[in-house]
Amino acid sequence: MARDPKKKKLTVDQKRYTELVRDTVPRPRYGKNALLAFFFGGLIALIGQGFIDFYRFTLDMDVKEAASPAVATMIFIAALLTGLGLFDKIARVAGAGVSVPVTGFANSLASAALEFKREGLVFGVGSKMFILAGSVITFGVVTAFVIGLIYAIFIF
Amino acid sequence: MARKIGKQTYQPENPPVIISTAAVVGPFEGQGPLQPYFDHIYTDMMAGERSFEAAEREMALNACWTCMNKAGKTPQEVDFFLAGDLLNQITTSAFSAVELAIPYLGIYGACSSSGEGLALATMLVDGGYANLVLAATSSHNATAERQYRYPTEYGSHRKPTTQWTVTGAGAALVAPGGTGDGPQITMFTVGKLVDLGIKDVQNVGAAMAPAAADTLVRHFADTGRSPGYYDLIVTGDLGKFGKDLTKKLAVSKGGFDLSDNYEDCGLILYDTEKQDVHAGASGCASSAVVVYGYLYRQLMEGQIRRLLMVPTGALHSPTSFQQGDNIPGIAHAISIEKP
Repeated sequence: MARDPKKKKLTVDQKRYTELVRDTVPRPRYGKNALLAFFFGGLIALIGQGFIDFYRFTLDMDVKEAASPAVATMIFIAALLTGLGLFDKIARVAGAGVSVPVTGFANSLASAALEFKREGLVFGVGSKMFILAGSVITFGVVTAFVIGLIYAIFIF
Repeated sequence: MARKIGKQTYQPENPPVIISTAAVVGPFEGQGPLQPYFDHIYTDMMAGERSFEAAEREMALNACWTCMNKAGKTPQEVDFFLAGDLLNQITTSAFSAVELAIPYLGIYGACSSSGEGLALATMLVDGGYANLVLAATSSHNATAERQYRYPTEYGSHRKPTTQWTVTGAGAALVAPGGTGDGPQITMFTVGKLVDLGIKDVQNVGAAMAPAAADTLVRHFADTGRSPGYYDLIVTGDLGKFGKDLTKKLAVSKGGFDLSDNYEDCGLILYDTEKQDVHAGASGCASSAVVVYGYLYRQLMEGQIRRLLMVPTGALHSPTSFQQGDNIPGIAHAISIEKP
């Protein structure tokens, strides 16, 4: 049976070289990256909260109702920044801080749509738009199904 | 007849001459320290075209035309067009060949294509098959990014080992020995693929470094030359860490000390302090624009007389790494000497 290349054992030479690479190459600065992500993620949450409050007072909604237009506004801003070529520059610093919230989802859609525009509306924008976000949706649906199942079993 | 020296090195009987070269680059490369040495610097990544792919083609063609113009040659006089690039099915090269209408042989060695082109051109010219061979390579940051990584505007965090794909193209015109007083290709070593188990596509420098070291050690062993024979040894696009690894491997594998005269094109091309390219440049154009633009000028002016060009390539595809395969590397060594 063919072996999975991911599990193939390293030869002595390969093992030795992997160690050399590990000693030569700097590790990403996880601590600093995590702090920046924490800060920017918090900042985005704060801005989102600002929009929720804004819609609550201007459109006279309650918190639950105001959440939807607030999320839509955040998505719009992220997509706009992507189009202006600023989002990737922010993400270089902020990292997971901007890619984990809904802004990251909007960016993955908008950037793919921009990128594959030249391949046409159907095979380009249409099918390639979810090239990055597709797995989020797939696993989102699967998770929702499993959670729903657990919920159904334990409620009834 | 050409002579085979040792296991992988060949010496042409009548060393072919590089009669002219051309290098064109994108705007970001034009801001780097080698700016005065390029034939054309585009002010726009799109190069006035409707897609990035078309822009890369425009750059490749510009380099080819400029190269032929400098030597006063027309496509009708050129026997073979050897070209390679990074895109699937090397379309940039093929589509350039449509316009040039020169008999075309497509080559693929990823970022080592410039060396592969020069080695094959030497064989064709010295073997008596051709009088003029045009060897060209190109790469474009945006086309490579979207094929190998993410859409250009996608915000992602880059590791310190990532490299920046060069936007640009380079071309060289190779003629039989005795044509003019340009630099000659006196020897070349064709490299083997080396796989030392690197899987990280954000660290291709480390994947290619063993191949560079292997070819260098083989070249020195075959020819009996030492690194000191050359005024300059340049690898293609290993970047900061790949360069360090190559130095270490050259010592441990063959006992050769590269600390005096060894550089990497991926580090010469950009101002790594000011330009945010992380570990350095990568891409087919990295070695091509540095050697055909900057170093060719140095050779012509006599600043350096003996150059060993070692373009390096990582021969993986997006599919191969997603399926968990290692990234094999390759490197060819081309000895270019000014008589």
